[in-house]
Amino acid sequence: MASAPSKLYSDDVSLVVVLLDTNPFFWTTSSFSFSHFLSHVLAFLNAILTLNQLNQVVIIATGCNSCDYVYDSSKTANQSFGNGRMPTLCATLLQNLEEFMTKDEKLGIEEAEERITGSLLSGSLSMALCYIQRVFRSGSLHPQPRILCLQGSPDGPEQYVAIMNAIFSAQRSMVPIDSCYIGAQNSAFLQQASYITGGVHHKPQQLDGLFQYLLTIFATDLHSRSFVQLPKPVGVDFRASCFCHKNTIDMGYICSVCLSIFCTRHKKCSTCGSTFGQAQSDDASATNRKRKAPDS
Amino acid sequence: MKNGEGRRLNKQAGEDDEEEEDDLEGGLEAWERRYAEDRSWEALQEDESGLLQPIDNSAIYHAQYRRRLRALSLASIAASRIQKGLIRFLYVVIDLSRAASEMDFKPSRMVVVAKHVEAFIREFFDQNPLSQIGLAIIKDGVAHCLTDLGGSPESHIKALMGKLSCSGDSSLQNGLDLVHGFLNQIPTYGHREVLILYSALSTCDPGDIMETIQKCKKSKLRCSVIGLSAEMFICKHLCQETGGTYSVALDESHFKELILEHAPPPPAIAEFAISNLIKMGFPQRAAEGSISICSCHKEAKVGVGYTCPRCKARVCELPTECRICGLQLVSSPHLARSYHHLFPIAPFNEVPSSRLNNSHGRSPSACFGCQQSLLNLGNKPGLNVACPKCKKYFCLECDIYIHESLHNCPGCESYRPSKPVAASGE
Repeated sequence: MASAPSKLYSDDVSLVVVLLDTNPFFWTTSSFSFSHFLSHVLAFLNAILTLNQLNQVVIIATGCNSCDYVYDSSKTANQSFGNGRMPTLCATLLQNLEEFMTKDEKLGIEEAEERITGSLLSGSLSMALCYIQRVFRSGSLHPQPRILCLQGSPDGPEQYVAIMNAIFSAQRSMVPIDSCYIGAQNSAFLQQASYITGGVHHKPQQLDGLFQYLLTIFATDLHSRSFVQLPKPVGVDFRASCFCHKNTIDMGYICSVCLSIFCTRHKKCSTCGSTFGQAQSDDASATNRKRKAPDS
Repeated sequence: MKNGEGRRLNKQAGEDDEEEEDDLEGGLEAWERRYAEDRSWEALQEDESGLLQPIDNSAIYHAQYRRRLRALSLASIAASRIQKGLIRFLYVVIDLSRAASEMDFKPSRMVVVAKHVEAFIREFFDQNPLSQIGLAIIKDGVAHCLTDLGGSPESHIKALMGKLSCSGDSSLQNGLDLVHGFLNQIPTYGHREVLILYSALSTCDPGDIMETIQKCKKSKLRCSVIGLSAEMFICKHLCQETGGTYSVALDESHFKELILEHAPPPPAIAEFAISNLIKMGFPQRAAEGSISICSCHKEAKVGVGYTCPRCKARVCELPTECRICGLQLVSSPHLARSYHHLFPIAPFNEVPSSRLNNSHGRSPSACFGCQQSLLNLGNKPGLNVACPKCKKYFCLECDIYIHESLHNCPGCESYRPSKPVAASGE
């Protein structure tokens, strides 16, 4: 990679880190089957690799009990075609994915049987960012990195702080997080992630045409994006999740010392330990100020 | 003055202050000075065949970083719970009297101050998401309010850059009186702070400044002063009385250091601000292209806007207070920016590479974060780290990135502990 001639490294060489949601709890309930989904995604990844010979694709599987790298095009690029029937991308990816899914399932069985629906997006986002930092370290000639989340399972509110940390780190290193949500209700975390980092968020209406959505929206490199009409965000859901019950809320109480969010009134902050006085004062002062406002 | 400035920007030494510069720099030519500061030759060393090689600093960097991390974690253990004044209301008072036109800072004190105030404002809002800043200037013996307390860095910077000229005397008392009037009105949970950037060596006051200082002390204003010329008793007295810090800048880089010290939130002082629960709403951002009437300007606007979750009124900017129902509206990402202060991740343990090689079957050979090989590169023995919680191995670069920027352990985040509540502690 490093030996590539510099003139080939124009601004449209991309590194796409794809976070693939493999959560079985989602895929068994979805009307769109996982194998269908994979066939669309594989075609899309092949398209990205053929757009520029220096393009690089890394795939991280987001399971419900673990996350792992399942494919890295820079490692497997020079290998011969497995048994000749399938291209390397498909063969290695499918093989690794199968290994990962069985391992992930085993981990789930060991744990006490609880109703788990979310997948570990915070873990795969953190891994993707570590990988991208390594690419940044590799020298001045590196492809433009971006992250693409292909997510179906609902948000796990317990991951709120971790996902936000990852989003801010991506924002600081100017890595856009694109997200394509294929689940039923829209994901507040992914909307915020794309909004804050300057990526594109989209929720396809017709899942049968997923390939076309992926190709028209997410295949363009960062430089060409300024020339393309991308879908405009349909509002961003800025709801947070509270620290006490992990509920997603749109109105709550904030500790004035540490800014922790609670959904109900507490006597003492569970994060910083400060005790709260004057239970009703804030509402009273708010109404006072409201009354004052029209006079001034 | 303007001409002098222009010349300097063109990298031509002005003839008029040549002697002065020679004294300062020990008679170096302009082209030599650049290298004298850089000391670029110190970053080279000879290898065994006599060739010049850049020094491999990564080990030293990492050792320094680990020391810093350990000191930090020790401090937080001592304090057990972190309490910081995260909601701050800060007035920056800039002295633009005659003294600010002095050229001891290049090109002039005023320009240097303005440049670093701009950087400070950006850094401040990055570190103190819910806080507000206001700007005031002292000029011709009177104080003017440049901007009211607000949360938008751009508007402050724009206002400051438009008002850069200096004249007249400076009056500390007038400045304090002005900001006292503004800060006295803010709610009790906020930390009231004043940061004065003082160039002059005197103050021309209309009354007794000691009374003003006592008044500030009574309303719990924490006043800090950064002097640009020399230490003054009255400034020191003010800072001592109100619990602030007083420092005098030696040169530009020192000034930058001093002003940025005020950006991270100060430890909460119980008597200064009463802790309280504040009711707040997290509004949704409206779809682009939707048309509605906003409650703050009472105009029909297309696109950008936020909807109050309680009364569904439309507001243009966050953070603000809803005009209709009085609910504090904030954007939740603003709050989340400071959460890594609350849930720091444990420092990783160092693992000698020999152990990694021995237990080959069990431990993975690549960094869990970035997939870089952890096995010895070339013949240099590498050093690795492991997370004490999830026992995953990381390379040194990922270690630094995880602790300084990401604030998440990828290993801990990518396995599900038996109790979902425990995950929130990360």
